[in-house]
Amino acid sequence: MAKVIEIDNLTKEFDGLVAVNHITLNVGEGEIFGFLGPNGAGKTTAVKMLCTILNPTSGAAEVCGYDIVRQRDEVRECIGIVFQDRAIDTFLTGKENLDFHARMYHLDSKTRQERVAEVLDLLDLKGKENMRINECSGGTQRRFEVARGFLNHPRVLFLDEPTLGLDVQARRGLWDYIRLLNEKEGITIILTTHYMEEADYLCHRVAIIDHGCIVAMDTPEKLKRAVGLNLISLQVAQDSSGSLIDSLNQLAWIRKIEVRDGSLELSIDGGEEKIPELIDFADSCGLVISSINLSKPSLEDTFLHYTGRTIREEEGSLIEVWKAWMRKSGAKR
Amino acid sequence: MRAIEVRRLIDPLPIYTMWLREMKRFLRIRARVVGSILMPLFFLAFLGLPMSLMPAREIPGLEGAAYLDFLAPGIVGMTLLFAGTMSGASVIWDKEFGFLKEVLVAPVSRLSVILGRSLGGMTTAMIQALAIVGIAVAMGVKLSGVPGFLLAILIMILTCAAFTGFGLIIATRLGNLEGFMAIMNLIVFPIFFLSGALFPIQSMPPWLRYIMYIDPLTYGVDGLRGTLIGVSAFPLWLDFTVLFILSIGLATLGSYFFSKMEAD
Repeated sequence: MAKVIEIDNLTKEFDGLVAVNHITLNVGEGEIFGFLGPNGAGKTTAVKMLCTILNPTSGAAEVCGYDIVRQRDEVRECIGIVFQDRAIDTFLTGKENLDFHARMYHLDSKTRQERVAEVLDLLDLKGKENMRINECSGGTQRRFEVARGFLNHPRVLFLDEPTLGLDVQARRGLWDYIRLLNEKEGITIILTTHYMEEADYLCHRVAIIDHGCIVAMDTPEKLKRAVGLNLISLQVAQDSSGSLIDSLNQLAWIRKIEVRDGSLELSIDGGEEKIPELIDFADSCGLVISSINLSKPSLEDTFLHYTGRTIREEEGSLIEVWKAWMRKSGAKR
Repeated sequence: MRAIEVRRLIDPLPIYTMWLREMKRFLRIRARVVGSILMPLFFLAFLGLPMSLMPAREIPGLEGAAYLDFLAPGIVGMTLLFAGTMSGASVIWDKEFGFLKEVLVAPVSRLSVILGRSLGGMTTAMIQALAIVGIAVAMGVKLSGVPGFLLAILIMILTCAAFTGFGLIIATRLGNLEGFMAIMNLIVFPIFFLSGALFPIQSMPPWLRYIMYIDPLTYGVDGLRGTLIGVSAFPLWLDFTVLFILSIGLATLGSYFFSKMEAD
């Protein structure tokens, strides 16, 4: 897989506070890559450096082969960005915003019209394009921003907390659009999130980032597996679990068997596909399984495993510290 | 992959795009269009007309002109002051509402961005100023003639550019919305009152006159008065020179600060 993003020891300090601490990673073409971490972990700062909004303190990064400091314009030409905060002209209509963006990226008039129609279609925004942005719902506004983000055929699309503040339905919807973009247009997507489900659902690979450092990086599957195996708990109709345990011990993919509250808990290699196998197996032993349930370790467990904290514990305190700090530094400028 | 073109410092399409946005916003916000005309209209109607009823021949500097005739160019100048400063300073709104970020990460030079934006703001300011000229004529102000009017347009453009640059400087230096309105009023109103828009500079005591001499709008108002109704305190070339230098200087400084501004 061709590398679209190469990050080498990228670091950003603000007045002695290290927001991003020597991160090194590569992202391949067509990947959906997620930075997962609590607010203030440094995700947004990392993305801002990659988007040429902030200059790194040290280290280097290349986006589409261009240096993010020395070749800013080239980088800007081949990326799209959806910011964490709303960054769309609310007095203009959705279409006017898209037109504006297309012209700023030097699309000629014919390409512009085609492309705007295309993105409106892709994100189901037809019929809403002539509404003013401030008359649209939060989810629709966000969709317009995403539409704008990939209007100029970027090779990489950065999504900074794309579903922050959206309701569950709008969030689900947006996830599907993001997937669609990735599949249909082959766009590499870098997203930051502090929602476990989001990273799990969307990302091919996830970097768990905490206090500016990457503490783990892999596919969501492998990250979860590193924490623990999938767990199947089952109950059999007959009271003959003893004999079943003996038989189950013969199966290689069962790592551990525990009896808890009258049900069996099996730590297994594998997932759902083992359920019918187990049912068949019990059947061959002359037993009937009355209930069976598979549970997987979540990314939440993973985060806990790597950082020693749940992501929610982090939020309250750090958000405040970070915000207060941002306000302070903002006032100075 | 598209070939990456070398970006020009002055890039016509983004300039046009920024200009277009300003125009659309101006026309879309009806209250703004009406509001921008109303205040100058009130000045002309409720200050100019009543004052014209008083004998004006004794006031030096009016040279026998009716007060309304004298006031009208001053109010045009005021319109340019307010509209120009606001257009420059409204960068702060774009920043506050996040729109600036979207613009600043586009592969477009900052100069093109601010040029387009300022030209848009200046166009709307010019529309307002010309509307005031129209209203004044409708109220009975007699203009000196076509050549004077054309020269007046030039003066309007220079005045407008100077205050757009000025607004931009305030906005970029201040950096956020807090206290913005207070500072604007604190600076803009004295500039207006001390510009000789409401009273002739010649009839003022020397100490006040010297303060008025350092007010940039003084030259805009005087130039407009000279070109529109043929009454002025300074020679026209002086008004032109001062305005020309000011507009270039302030606009350059404003653009420079803007190009150094952080996106968030």
